[in-house]
Amino acid sequence: MATKASRSSARLMISPAVILLLGWMLVPLCMTVYFSFLYYNLLQPGTTSFAGWDNYYWFITDPSFTDAIKNTLFLVAGVLFITTIGGLGAALLLDKPMFGQGLIRIMVIAPFFVMPTVSALVWKNMFMNPVNGIFGQIVTGFGFPPIDFFGQYPLASITFIVSWMWLPFATLILLTALQSLDQDQLEAAEMDGASWLNRFWYIMLPHLARAITVVILIQTIFLLSVFAEILVTTNGGPGTATTNLTYLIYVSSLLQFDVGMGSAGGVIAIILANIVAIFLMRMIGKNLDA
Amino acid sequence: MARSISKKSKIINTLVAGFIGFLMFFPILWIVVLSFKTEENAIRAPLEILFSSGWTMESFQTVQARSDYLKHFSNSVIISLGSTALALIVAVPAAWSMAFVPSRHTKNVLMWMLSTKMLPPVGVLVPIYLLFRDFDLLDTRFGLTIVLMLINLPIIIWMLYTYFKEIPGEILEAARMDGASLREEIIYVLTPMAIPGIASTVLLNIILAWNEAFWTINLTAAKAAPLTAFITSYSSPEGLFYAKLSAASIMAIAPILIMGWFSQKQLVRGLTFGAVK
Amino acid sequence: MGRIQLKDVQKTFGNVEVIPPLNLEIEDGEFVVFVGPSGCGKSTLLRLIAGLEDTTSGNIEIDDIDATDLPPAKRSLAMVFQSYALYPHMSVRKNIAFPMKMAKIDLETQNTKVEAAAKSLNLTDYLDRKPGQLSGGQRQRVAIGRAIVREPAAFLFDEPLSNLDAALRVGMRLEIMDLHKKLETTMIYVTHDQVEAMTMADKIVVLQDGRIEQVGSPLELYHTPKNKFVAGFIGSPKMNLIEGIEAKKLNASTIGIRPEHIKMSKTEGLWKGTVGVAEHLGSDTFIHIHNTGLLEMMTVRISGDVQVKHGEAIYLTPEKNKIHCFDAVGDRIL
Repeated sequence: MATKASRSSARLMISPAVILLLGWMLVPLCMTVYFSFLYYNLLQPGTTSFAGWDNYYWFITDPSFTDAIKNTLFLVAGVLFITTIGGLGAALLLDKPMFGQGLIRIMVIAPFFVMPTVSALVWKNMFMNPVNGIFGQIVTGFGFPPIDFFGQYPLASITFIVSWMWLPFATLILLTALQSLDQDQLEAAEMDGASWLNRFWYIMLPHLARAITVVILIQTIFLLSVFAEILVTTNGGPGTATTNLTYLIYVSSLLQFDVGMGSAGGVIAIILANIVAIFLMRMIGKNLDA
Repeated sequence: MARSISKKSKIINTLVAGFIGFLMFFPILWIVVLSFKTEENAIRAPLEILFSSGWTMESFQTVQARSDYLKHFSNSVIISLGSTALALIVAVPAAWSMAFVPSRHTKNVLMWMLSTKMLPPVGVLVPIYLLFRDFDLLDTRFGLTIVLMLINLPIIIWMLYTYFKEIPGEILEAARMDGASLREEIIYVLTPMAIPGIASTVLLNIILAWNEAFWTINLTAAKAAPLTAFITSYSSPEGLFYAKLSAASIMAIAPILIMGWFSQKQLVRGLTFGAVK
Repeated sequence: MGRIQLKDVQKTFGNVEVIPPLNLEIEDGEFVVFVGPSGCGKSTLLRLIAGLEDTTSGNIEIDDIDATDLPPAKRSLAMVFQSYALYPHMSVRKNIAFPMKMAKIDLETQNTKVEAAAKSLNLTDYLDRKPGQLSGGQRQRVAIGRAIVREPAAFLFDEPLSNLDAALRVGMRLEIMDLHKKLETTMIYVTHDQVEAMTMADKIVVLQDGRIEQVGSPLELYHTPKNKFVAGFIGSPKMNLIEGIEAKKLNASTIGIRPEHIKMSKTEGLWKGTVGVAEHLGSDTFIHIHNTGLLEMMTVRISGDVQVKHGEAIYLTPEKNKIHCFDAVGDRIL
């Protein structure tokens, strides 16, 4: 298909994108790495000096770092658990014949399109507020004491909210994958005497394995960067109870203006994300060959 | 299945799925309800809210009267449309060349572009913030538009690439045999066939840009803040605010909910990077 | 008009030489068929002529002008693709008119020509439909119409009938041959179906691994195949190729005899065998004979009304002057 003429024009057409993305990646990345080795605080200009590995050391040994890692793990694992299992269930349900499937699908998908700041605020205030929120009102109506979700279980509350937002994503992906399953295979299994559970375990699940993996990998990459929901609900608190790694770096960089420390944290976050990304890229690469 | 599905099981499925759907959708439904209430009514018990309190437009009016609400709304519009438009200008030629004149590097370039999307934004927060400060881009719509363009560029290129690849190469060859120059080939044959794919990509990216809540919050203050950042002002309000928050929220998310309705397939295509078909 | 010459044309993809240096002359007005097994390079050759691929070396001349570096648009050729490659967003009318639009011909002439082409291809009722609303055969005709209005020096067909069902294929074959008679323009036709090749061509080019095995008229190839490959490729069912003692008797490595040149008898003959599967076509029957000691399975054609039983012993005698002899390399011994 390609002839000499098209090849040179092709290279020309792809260069703006490549240059822009290259610049976008390299320039800030190099700067982050560079800053991470400096003592550099915006509030104390003129005292910038080389710090070696100090920033990394102090960042990692700070107790808030351990908290942040624990919280990040809890948040990511929690959301993954809820959305994968919930998404699987929802996908299996939506795959069945029913009336008004289009409408029901839209209702299930809608949360993903709500901006994170709105989601978080609505849940925190209209639902989880122990006095004025729906949950509290219903429970009080039955004579039980209301639960102060954000007061007592802030991280779990945020995890719940983020799960609500991402459940549609998992559902959509898994539903798409489910619908690509050959009906003939299932019918053959049925004729072979397999119960629904057998069919699910031996045929559907292996087919979905790939999609589930993709859902987990992609969600992990985005969940590591949860930020807005924490900002509008708890600001990372109480203490560091809801601070994840992203929020910790944000605090360091833009609240404490410690550029050096924030950059060191940033490098750590990048390395973590890269580990997940490598697995994801392998899966994508396999598909691109197909 | 060849057997007819009993109406009864269809009804059961509808009820169960409908219930789940209702639960998922309920928060959105609820804030629609609350947005039509007065602040005093908005904090009453749910059944009372539904059945024994009046409906009013006053919350919408209050929110709109805040002159900054419209400004933030227009900021969202400008940066969503602007970043998508800018990205298209760069992405269409790039996707074209990768889809129709692939080289042995094409796959690697594509994967590298996708990998830039996996960079956690917090990792470059510091340098971007400082660069923006030094170039007077902080709290400007222009600066924000550029950033949003860059972070969504990989997805746009990827989606356009997949749509272009679906255009049978033979049709473009036929155009060439019919005497069309490269320009004519693109204008008369490629673009009309690619328009649905381009439209889908545009739709998804407007949604992603509208909802972006990291850079839009950290790089803006009063002037250029879009709705994502503006809503954060309700996180520590004074006095009663449920109805106003609801009204503001509804106005902020309504356009995207509607667009999202049309974008389900695009969502799968764009955000799984082809790893799921 | 329509004379095409390929001089030492060679094509390499990466490290693989798909077409070694090849020479071919196509006269004006000829119906030439490129035929060969999958991967023999026939489509590649067509695309080189079309200009959709660049030659690695060698020259292509169209009407004595060196077209090697000319883009497809400037070669005055028209191509009909296997998948028809119609523009899905344009009506049939616009599809057919497209080449004229690219040539900047005025609208009135465009319309006249579109109507004329549509009339000759029975498409007049479909002019305002989109390709998606047409059947396979109709789409094929639109593709042909689009090629005709270009008034090219030569038509290029890339397996145009492969996507049609059997009955349609036969009909379209005749229509294309009619077209050729009417327009008298050179046509280069690629197919893997040797029946199409035999019935349609003035000249057949048999290709294998990018090499021309033989060029000649259909009957030439049938009666005097230059080598074993052509002998086995042309003619259906395949020629029986026999090695061993029988071949040595005639001073050859391999001898070949076509199914219709073997006489069958239940009582006497040169070779003996047992009847295997019989394919009854009605007018003819092809029986497969086993246990001859010469060939795993020999195919023989007999008249449709003769009865044979499975497992029956049978005698075969080849017609002496219809035996083809091939040497150790596979070339024909004259």
